[in-house]
Amino acid sequence: MKTKLECKEVKVFYKDFQALHGIDMDIFENRVTALIGPSGCGKSTFLRTINRLNELIEGTRTEGEIYLDEKNIYSNEIDVVALRKKVGMVFQKPSVFPMSIYENIAYGPKIHGIKNKGKLDSIVEKSLVAANLWQEVKDRIHKPAAGLSGGQQQRLVIARVLAVEPEVILMDEPASALDPISTSKLEELIGELKKQYTIVIVTHNMQQAARVSDFTGFFLNGFLIEYSKTNDLFVNPHDKKTEDYITGRFG
Amino acid sequence: MATRGKEKIITVLFWLSALVITAILAGIIGYIVVKGISAINWEFISQPPSRAGKEGGISTTIIGTIYLTLVALLIAVPLGVGAALYLEEYGRKNTMFGYVLKLTAETLAGIPSIVYGLFGFVFFVIFLNMGWSILSGGLTLAIMILPTITRTSQEAVIAVPQEYRSNSFALGATKWYTIKRLILPAAAPGIITGIILSAGRAVGESAAVLLTAGSSLGMPLNITDPARTMAVHLYILAIEGISMERAFGTALLIIVLILIINYLANWSVRKVVRQ
Amino acid sequence: MKKNKLSEGLVEILLRISAGASVLAIIIITVFIFYKGIPLIAKVGIIDFLFNLKWVPTNGSFGIGAMVIGSLAVTFCSLVWSVPLGIMTAILMAEIAPPKLADVLARFVELLAGIPSVVYGFFGLIVIVPFIRNHLGGVGLSVLAGAIVLGIMILPTIINISRDAILAIPKEYKENSLALGATHYQSIFRVILPAASSGIITAIVLGLGRAIGETMAVLMVTGNAAVLPDSLLAPVRTMTSNIVLEMGYAAGDHQAALFATGTVLFIFIVILNLAVSISMKAGTENGN
Ligand SMILES: Nc1ncnc2c1ncn2[C@@H]1O[C@H](COP(=O)(O)OP(=O)(O)OP(=O)(O)O)[C@@H](O)[C@H]1O
Ligand SMILES: [Mg+2]
Repeated sequence: MKTKLECKEVKVFYKDFQALHGIDMDIFENRVTALIGPSGCGKSTFLRTINRLNELIEGTRTEGEIYLDEKNIYSNEIDVVALRKKVGMVFQKPSVFPMSIYENIAYGPKIHGIKNKGKLDSIVEKSLVAANLWQEVKDRIHKPAAGLSGGQQQRLVIARVLAVEPEVILMDEPASALDPISTSKLEELIGELKKQYTIVIVTHNMQQAARVSDFTGFFLNGFLIEYSKTNDLFVNPHDKKTEDYITGRFG
Repeated sequence: MATRGKEKIITVLFWLSALVITAILAGIIGYIVVKGISAINWEFISQPPSRAGKEGGISTTIIGTIYLTLVALLIAVPLGVGAALYLEEYGRKNTMFGYVLKLTAETLAGIPSIVYGLFGFVFFVIFLNMGWSILSGGLTLAIMILPTITRTSQEAVIAVPQEYRSNSFALGATKWYTIKRLILPAAAPGIITGIILSAGRAVGESAAVLLTAGSSLGMPLNITDPARTMAVHLYILAIEGISMERAFGTALLIIVLILIINYLANWSVRKVVRQ
Repeated sequence: MKKNKLSEGLVEILLRISAGASVLAIIIITVFIFYKGIPLIAKVGIIDFLFNLKWVPTNGSFGIGAMVIGSLAVTFCSLVWSVPLGIMTAILMAEIAPPKLADVLARFVELLAGIPSVVYGFFGLIVIVPFIRNHLGGVGLSVLAGAIVLGIMILPTIINISRDAILAIPKEYKENSLALGATHYQSIFRVILPAASSGIITAIVLGLGRAIGETMAVLMVTGNAAVLPDSLLAPVRTMTSNIVLEMGYAAGDHQAALFATGTVLFIFIVILNLAVSISMKAGTENGN
């Protein structure tokens, strides 16, 4: 089991407010890692340090190191744009661009310099297939993406991420806006994707964490309280606070 | 990488555009201030023009401007605020009438001032026989600023929290009482902003005013008297080459007036935000 | 209690009347402008009126062709430079400049919008016209002078509406685009601007409407010769200038022809505005 991401003493400040208090965490390749914890504990903040999206918010400061394949993504030599190509992200609310399904998927590859029509076509198809969406949309890929259902939009967004061939995929509560059927389709998809990708997923749904993930980290007030194999964490939590949380005694 | 280099150039271009805008503004205002300041003294403000404006001050045109603006506001403000209340408080916004009114306001806002001038001329000046007068000009200007006042009042009224209404009705207050005692006071700063902005438009208007209030240099006393506003005066001084010095002075006074109005509007906007 | 009900009813009636005032106004405006203008257009013939280049009112020759082309020429030339400049400034304010600086710029733009047309015209007459005369040739009073002055005057319209359109784009678009490895500029040009395009087009159309309808400033700097301009440096007369210049002494058919010019302007602007507001309504109904 190879370590894909190694986080060391990651701290994040929003102006004066410290949202993360030194997170140490190893995330493994081709595994699904779930982040759980009550609202406001810093899960999204942590996720967004991994593709350096936090720094878009004015007044944020990040300390510590995160190594992606042994290269510190916070060192000065790193190219943020290249990093974000390697580390894709799926947001809570699917945000499809106001263009066709095809153009949505082709967006990333085009940005990264692919112009050949045939090549783009095959990337679009491959990504949609991988995201389990091809069958549903193959007859209307040149129609506006806004016409898709919520669940389809979320898979489209995933396909869009896959199209830039990332290595890591971050997902921030990807199922929170979906109905049960779309959710189970998404969970199935995550199970398939982990063969090729390293996935970090934030979820509020503990059953979901238990179902899809191999490792789980429990966050509380900006601290990583406990981090272990999913099964261990849910069956045999070491920390009292973890136990309280997963048994629903708070949060 | 090529994109990065290109992006640097684009950034420079973007900032250049802001620089150009700033330079234009500074250039116009600066030039007029520098050239106009020597023309301005107490005589200039307090004395009436003589010899068609070649000599003397511009007092009658200042009075004419203020008079005309006040008349226009006096007509347009009650109508505009009333329309806003009717649309927002009496739930008529989403009716057919509301839609027609919205289209009307948008259309009125887009009509060029010269068309207003033509209309005011045939309707008020000729048809209603009001002649070139403060009244004709004021009515014409009132129609021109009506859309602004209605729209800003609408926005101000919408911003009043819904709980004000439900609580007041729950206490047994009537609709009008609620509007009078709660809604209007709460919406006042927003409405005032709209009024100030409209005053600015009225002060600066020239084409429509020229055709409806005339260009007489006499002191307007009666509402039926013709009048020349500062804007019209500037136009005539400049285009007929009567006195460039006085034209600069008049332009400067107009600019000062507009700056004051702008400042007041911003000040009252800030007051709205703070609420 | 009864008195109360009565006054409540009365208030509602008064409010309804004030709401109706603007509808009444637009009806009367339309009726009177048309009533004064249409008969002459009918008499001369719409084609002849609009496209005939001969404007000799004393001779009964009422063709506003030269003025129509004059208006279009000055307007087009003003858009050529103010649209790119305005859109760039809008993008800068919405996406690139730090918010504090964007606010300062917004104040500047507000001031530009507040300066009255005569002041622009005066500035043009005193500064721009002599500059053109001394450095580029001709008399200075010209299409170019009009285009410069008009362009400045419509900048605020273009900037404000474009900026609002850009700011209305959900910020998720940008986040998603960046997360896919796009640069900030790629995100602006490939997602944000296309998404805001209908708003930006509205900005341009409304700017165009303002430019066509503008009177005093253009009148003061374009020289007003009622002939076709043959270069950027040639003088030109617009439809609006024509009205102001001749209204003072025109009578009979001549006056009617000026009203007819107003009618043309009026119809043009109303169509432009209706098109914008209807297409915007269609846009919101499409869920964008
Ligand atoms: N832009 C911001 N500015 C200031 N504080 C912020 C900002 N974003 C988040 N925070 C604060 O940082 C803390 C962590 O926020 P974060 O969004 O990471 O929590 P979360 O665990 O993802 O919560 P949720 O489950 O509700 O999504 C919270 O206290 C939040 O208020
Ligand atoms: Mg979150």
